[in-house]
Amino acid sequence: MKRSGAQVVVEALLKEGARTVFGFPGGAMIPLYDVLYETKEIKHILTRHEQGAAHAADGYARATGKVGICMATSGPGATNLVTGIATAYMDSIPIIAFTGQVPTSMIGNDAFQEANITGITYSITKHNYLVKEVNELPSILKEAFHVASTGRKGPVLVDLPKDILMGETKIPYPQEAKIRSYNPTHKGNPKQIKRAALAIDKSEKPVIYAGGGVISSEASAELIQFACRTQIPVTTTLMGLGAFPEDNQLSLGMLGMHGTRYANYAISETDLIIAVGARFDDRITGKISEFAPYAKIIHIDIDPTAISKNVRADIPIVGDAKDILSQLIPLVKKGEEREKWHAKIKEWKEKYPLKYEMGEDLKPQYVVEKIYEVTKGEAIITTEVGQNQMWAAQFYQYTNPRSFISSGGLGTMGYGFPAAIGAQVGCPDKIVFDIAGDGSFQMNIQELTTAVNYKVPVKIAILNNGYLGMVRQWQQLFYRGRYSQVDIEDSPDFVKIAEAYGAKGIRVDKTREVEPALKKALATPGPVVLDFKVSREENVYPMVPAGAALTQMIEGLA
Amino acid sequence: MKHTISVEVENRFGILARIASLFSARGFNIDSLAVGETEDPTISCITMVVPGDDQIIEQVIKQLRKLIDVIKVVDLTQQDAVERELVLVKVNAKRTDRAEIMRIVDIFRARILDVHPFSFTIETTGTEEKIKGILTLLKPFGIKKLVRTGKIALSREGKTG
Repeated sequence: MKRSGAQVVVEALLKEGARTVFGFPGGAMIPLYDVLYETKEIKHILTRHEQGAAHAADGYARATGKVGICMATSGPGATNLVTGIATAYMDSIPIIAFTGQVPTSMIGNDAFQEANITGITYSITKHNYLVKEVNELPSILKEAFHVASTGRKGPVLVDLPKDILMGETKIPYPQEAKIRSYNPTHKGNPKQIKRAALAIDKSEKPVIYAGGGVISSEASAELIQFACRTQIPVTTTLMGLGAFPEDNQLSLGMLGMHGTRYANYAISETDLIIAVGARFDDRITGKISEFAPYAKIIHIDIDPTAISKNVRADIPIVGDAKDILSQLIPLVKKGEEREKWHAKIKEWKEKYPLKYEMGEDLKPQYVVEKIYEVTKGEAIITTEVGQNQMWAAQFYQYTNPRSFISSGGLGTMGYGFPAAIGAQVGCPDKIVFDIAGDGSFQMNIQELTTAVNYKVPVKIAILNNGYLGMVRQWQQLFYRGRYSQVDIEDSPDFVKIAEAYGAKGIRVDKTREVEPALKKALATPGPVVLDFKVSREENVYPMVPAGAALTQMIEGLA
Repeated sequence: MKHTISVEVENRFGILARIASLFSARGFNIDSLAVGETEDPTISCITMVVPGDDQIIEQVIKQLRKLIDVIKVVDLTQQDAVERELVLVKVNAKRTDRAEIMRIVDIFRARILDVHPFSFTIETTGTEEKIKGILTLLKPFGIKKLVRTGKIALSREGKTG
């Protein structure tokens, strides 16, 4: 059947099960928006900035496991997506970005609202396409969904020139994608898995180090089964929070720069690291030459490039975490021994718990703990980037995958709020909290309109200390207290801002007001901005200074 | 160490830009690069010479394989392969030097493509060592211009990786 390129795009969305898209129209995209106008099955959420659309699609994808869709027009619309695409790329999140483009005949002419968005995004997309022939559009769209959602997932951009959207094709939408050069490995090599099982059985002090790959491959159940069978303690990365329940006694919480002392000590003393879907990022390893000096490393990852990139793996296993853990579980012995190791970890846990001191001021950590309590640990938490992100990671206990949503790799300020909108749209029955900072929140504050208009009941908890807090902390600790360009106490009144947008605003500056305010926020149907005036110079501890070894953690300096 | 890496790719718009972008984004260097169609017109072959230690080369190969449009990557340094490069060189050729230069051209089985009262333009193909050899001998006469294609290579029959 003959249909326009724009109709083919919408057909692809419907056939791939995409019912929600986030976007912002513009000249080159009008043909597509014209088809969306009559497509009632697809809900288009109009954000107030394209970056908000990209982050919302990303938050939607992380919360639901489905492919997130965002769209923007050519030129500035497309370039405004770039930070969102890079965020998704660094954290391996499946989104598809559709961008308008000037007509094919005008490409390269510096036409109005022209930008070479495929060129700009080569290194921040898993793959991208500039459609130059309308008959190729159906197969390109099929491929785009396939590439985004398989292997190591990631963002795919499809650039759609206006004449392609308006052109016509009879080519049907394909049933499956055929790409001869793309065949991700899922099953692990049985020989390597046997070697891994032997190493695990022999190890006296093993640790599992789990990352975002466990969540992405839906392998939490297998991870829990594996850890419980072998009785091996589990530490997760920031991206892996929720992959293993933190209330399980085998949990060591998060490791790395702001990880727990006991996780970092365990990694530094272990004789065997079982890395699953994690990539030995510099925020995890600290000084690489002193990382895990006694450990043999089993590295399970779907992406061969992640293996032996930063740290050489002794037993690499390429494949899907879920498949490999399932293959591995029956091969390993049940772990009843290693009492000494467990005793040591228990000792560390008792000696070095995560802690903070209550004072006259309201403490940000306390706010996060209270959010955990009032939501019974069942909320989806998104974060901005900086101190708020670390406190959200440390003081909320994550017990379910896809319950912690944060820009881990790129560290994008302004991510958390639009991502919360996307997560809430994808999971309407969940409570969604954005744990924010006063700096980050202002980077996409315009999306309050989106939340209000679409009645998206996200709760924004601003840990407002009047500083760009993480930078201030570094300046305090490592730059002799020279606070350069971090004081933002001149920010607007967030309660009034919320009200101006039609949301509810609540200010809290006393410890005893926290719980009632949170309960009030949860009882309020729409979006709520909670402005927590917290202790101004509170620091995130423990902390491994950049470039130091994991054992050199600092704590509670004045 | 220098590695000769052969990369088969979809003969598609933008692939070279993708590879160039990968190399610049990851901080890899390229010494030379030669691109052309293969026996299958939908496939191009890129032969590149890449310097780096084993860890860098391992990453280069894995990162190349990760690109969706890349079909096959082979490190020809690891196996028996035939390698050739073509060089065009314009060399000063004074009357008194001409006989000597022509003798060198003969010995290396190179060819003179263009003759000018004061210069020769010489074509030579061969392995890296051979090209280095002839250029060393031509250098004293004064090399005016030099262009090279970059190395291309094929693994020997029966020993494909």
